[in-house]
Amino acid sequence: MLYREAGQFKTSYSADQAMLTIPLDRWFVFALTAFAVIGVPLLASEYLMVSILVPVLILSIAALGLNILTGYCGQLSLGTGAFMAAGAYLAYKIATNITWLPIWVVIPLAGLCAAAIGIAFGLPSLRIKGFYLAVATLAAQFFLLWLFVKVPWFVNDSISGVPPAPPRSVFGFQVTGAAAGNEAKYLFVLAFVIALAWIARNLARSRIGRSWMAIRDMDIAAELVGIRPLPTKLSAFAISSFYCGVAGALWALCYINSVEPTAFDINRSFQVLFMVIVGGLGSVLGSFLGAAFIFLLPIFLNSAPGWIGYSVASDTITHIEFMLFGVLIIFFLIVEPHGLARLWQIAKEKLRLWPFPY
Amino acid sequence: MLTKKLVTAGVAAAIAAGAIGVVQAEEGQFIPALTYRTGPYAPGGIPTANGYTDYFHLINQRDGGVNGVKFIVEECEYGYKTDRGVECYDRLKDKHGGATAVSPYSTGTTYALIDKATADKVPILSMGYGRTSAADGRVFPYVFNFPATYWSQATAVMQYIANEMGGLEALKDQRFAFIYLDHPYGKEPIPTFDILAEKFGFTYDKYPVPFATGTEQKSVWLQIRRTKPAYIIMWGWGVMNATAVKEAANIKFDMSKFIGNWWSASEQDVLPAGDGAIGYKGATFNGSGTDYKVFEDMKGMSGLSDDGDRGTVLYNRGMVNAAYIVEAVRLAQEKYGKGKRVTGEQVRWAFENLDLTAENIEALGLTGLMPVTKVTCLNHEGTNPAILIQQWNGKAWEIITDWIPAMTDVVRPLIEQDAAQYAKENNITPRDCSA
Repeated sequence: MLYREAGQFKTSYSADQAMLTIPLDRWFVFALTAFAVIGVPLLASEYLMVSILVPVLILSIAALGLNILTGYCGQLSLGTGAFMAAGAYLAYKIATNITWLPIWVVIPLAGLCAAAIGIAFGLPSLRIKGFYLAVATLAAQFFLLWLFVKVPWFVNDSISGVPPAPPRSVFGFQVTGAAAGNEAKYLFVLAFVIALAWIARNLARSRIGRSWMAIRDMDIAAELVGIRPLPTKLSAFAISSFYCGVAGALWALCYINSVEPTAFDINRSFQVLFMVIVGGLGSVLGSFLGAAFIFLLPIFLNSAPGWIGYSVASDTITHIEFMLFGVLIIFFLIVEPHGLARLWQIAKEKLRLWPFPY
Repeated sequence: MLTKKLVTAGVAAAIAAGAIGVVQAEEGQFIPALTYRTGPYAPGGIPTANGYTDYFHLINQRDGGVNGVKFIVEECEYGYKTDRGVECYDRLKDKHGGATAVSPYSTGTTYALIDKATADKVPILSMGYGRTSAADGRVFPYVFNFPATYWSQATAVMQYIANEMGGLEALKDQRFAFIYLDHPYGKEPIPTFDILAEKFGFTYDKYPVPFATGTEQKSVWLQIRRTKPAYIIMWGWGVMNATAVKEAANIKFDMSKFIGNWWSASEQDVLPAGDGAIGYKGATFNGSGTDYKVFEDMKGMSGLSDDGDRGTVLYNRGMVNAAYIVEAVRLAQEKYGKGKRVTGEQVRWAFENLDLTAENIEALGLTGLMPVTKVTCLNHEGTNPAILIQQWNGKAWEIITDWIPAMTDVVRPLIEQDAAQYAKENNITPRDCSA
C-alpha cells in the first residue's frame, strides 16, 4: 500500500535512466544520506561515531571493492588485505613526502597505486579461474605484506616500522591522526563512502559493469558477443583494488592512527570476503549490510550482556560471541543464501502487498 | 512461521534492552583492563590479565582501596587484535568517571593508542614493551615504558653475554644469532644490535620467523646448526617461543647459550620442550614463584582468579603492572587530595614523579617482584634500566644474576633521534623538562 512500483510512468529518458527510479527508494536514500551527513554528527556520541561508524564505513568501501571484483566480475580474490595495505603504506609515504598535497588528493592517489598493483596481480586471472585464482591472489596477500614490512623505505626508515598517521587538515579541520575531531573525521570518511558508493552503483549499470557481469555469468559466451576478457577482467581488478586501497588508507589514517602490517593480514581478507558473501554478491547495498553485520555483530554480542545488567567473565562472553556469531552466519545463509541484500528485497516485496497479503 | 516470529521478537527484545539498559555509574578509580583471554595469544594473555586484575582486587579487599578510594576494574576482551583493542579502549575510557591508566599488553594496540590516549589525557603504561622512543618524555608526555625499553634490554643482554665470555673485548669477532618475530615488535632491537656489532666488532645473523606461522622454524635451526653461533638471542612471543626452545633442544644446542627477552621466557615457553629446555635463559625484571609476602595476603581471599597460574612469570608481571598503577594513584592523591578520585591527567603527573625505593617496595610486600624505579619528566623508561637473567631448571625459573644495567650511552641517543623524527612528523613541540 505504502510502497508501490506500479503506476509510475517516466516521461523522459533521463527519468528512465535515473539511478533510483522509484520515488520512495530515492527519498529513502536521500533521507538516509542527509541523516548520515547532518543528523549523526549532531546526535551520535564519540564512541558511536569514531569506534563504530567510521570502521563500518571504511570496511564498506573495502567490501564494495571486493564486490566489484567477486560479485560483479566473478573473480574470487583473497588479496583484499594486501591491496588495503598498499593503499595505507603508499598514502603514508605520499602524505609525508609531498606535504603540500591535500589529503583528499593523497588518498585517491594511494588508491591509484593500489590499482596499479591490483592490475599486476590480476594478470594471472586470464589463465586461471575460480579457486585457483583465489590461491594466486593469496600470493599477493603474502608478498605485499612481506614487502611493506621488509623495505623500510615505505615507512620513511622509521626504526619501529609502525609510523603514526600524519596529521592533515581539510578546510582547516584536522581529519587524520588521533587529534582530529570526531565529526571532521567521520564526515571525511563519509564523503569518500558516498562518492565511491555512487560511482560503484553507476559503474554496475554502465557498459563496463554489464561486461563484468557477462564475464561472470559465462566468459566464453561473453567473448563470443564481443567482450574482450583482458580489459574487462583487468578493469575489475583495477577498480576493485582502488576501492580497497582507499579503504586501507582511511583505515590507517583515520581509524587506527598508525600504519601497521597486522591490520591488513590474511584475516582481514577473509573478513571482507565474508562481508560480501553474507551481505550479498553483486549488490552495493549488500556491501554495506555485510560490513555492518560482520563488524558490528561481535561487538554487539560482546557488549549486550553488560547493557542488560549481566556481568559475565570477559572470556566467557567472547566464547559465546564466537558461537553465536557462527550460528547467526549459518542461520542467515540458510534463510537467505543470496545474502542480506536479498532479504531487504524480499522485505520490499512484502511491503508492496502490505497490509493485505494474499 | 512460529520460529521466525520468535526470532524477530527475540532480536527486537535484545535491541530494546540494549537501548534502555544504562550502566549504573559507580564511584571509584576506574581501571579499563584490555585483555586477551581468547585466541592464539591467550597462553600469554590469561596469566597477565589474572595477575593484573587480582592485584586490584587485593588492594580493594585488604586495604579498602587507596585511602578509601576503591578500584573498579572492567575487562574488555580484544583477542590481541588491534582494531578490537582500539574499540575496547573507546568503549571503556569514559566509564565510571574516566580511565585512570591503560595497559594494552600489545605493541600494535599501544602504537594505535599513543596519539589517541594523549588526546584523551589517559596515561599509557606499556611496561617493557610498545614504542621504545616513548621513553623520551618530552615528546610522549602520556606514554610510559619503565622499567626498561626493548633497546635497553638488548644492550643489557649483550652485556650479560660479554660478562659470561670475559669482558666486552671478548665479543670481538664472535658470531651470534638473533631469532625474532617478523613484526614491528621483533624488529625493534635490530638498530641497537647493529650499533653494538659495529662498536664491539662482532657479527650476528638475523633469523626472522613469519608472524602468521610462528611455528615454521626448521630452516632457521638448520642454518644455526651450520653456522654454530656462540650465543642465540630471541625476541619471540606466543607459540613461536615454545617451538624455538624445542628446536634448540632437538639440535642439542647448549641451552645455557640461548637467551630470550622477557616476553620469551615464561613457563609456557619451556614446558612443552620437557627436559630439553633445562638451562634455557631469559631476561626478566620480576621474580617468579609465590614466595613473596604479597601472596600470603592473597591466600584464601575470595573473588580472585583460580586458573592455577599464580606465581608464574607472566602472572607476577601482571601484578607488578597493577602495583605501579596503584602506587601512581597513591602519589597523585598525596598531591591532589587524599581520599579523592584522581584523573588520568593527575595520574600522568604521578607516573612522571614516581620514585619507588627499596623501602617502599618492601613496605608493599613486593621485594623481589618489583624493581626499584625512578621516573623523570625527561626519561619515561626510568633512570636505571636494567635486567635480571633467569634460568629454567626444569621446574622453575631461577634468577641467576644481579641487575645488569643497560648501556644507556648507546640507547639514549637512538631514543632521542626517533622521538625527534616522530615530533617532526606530527608537529609536536617537545616539552621543556628542565623546570
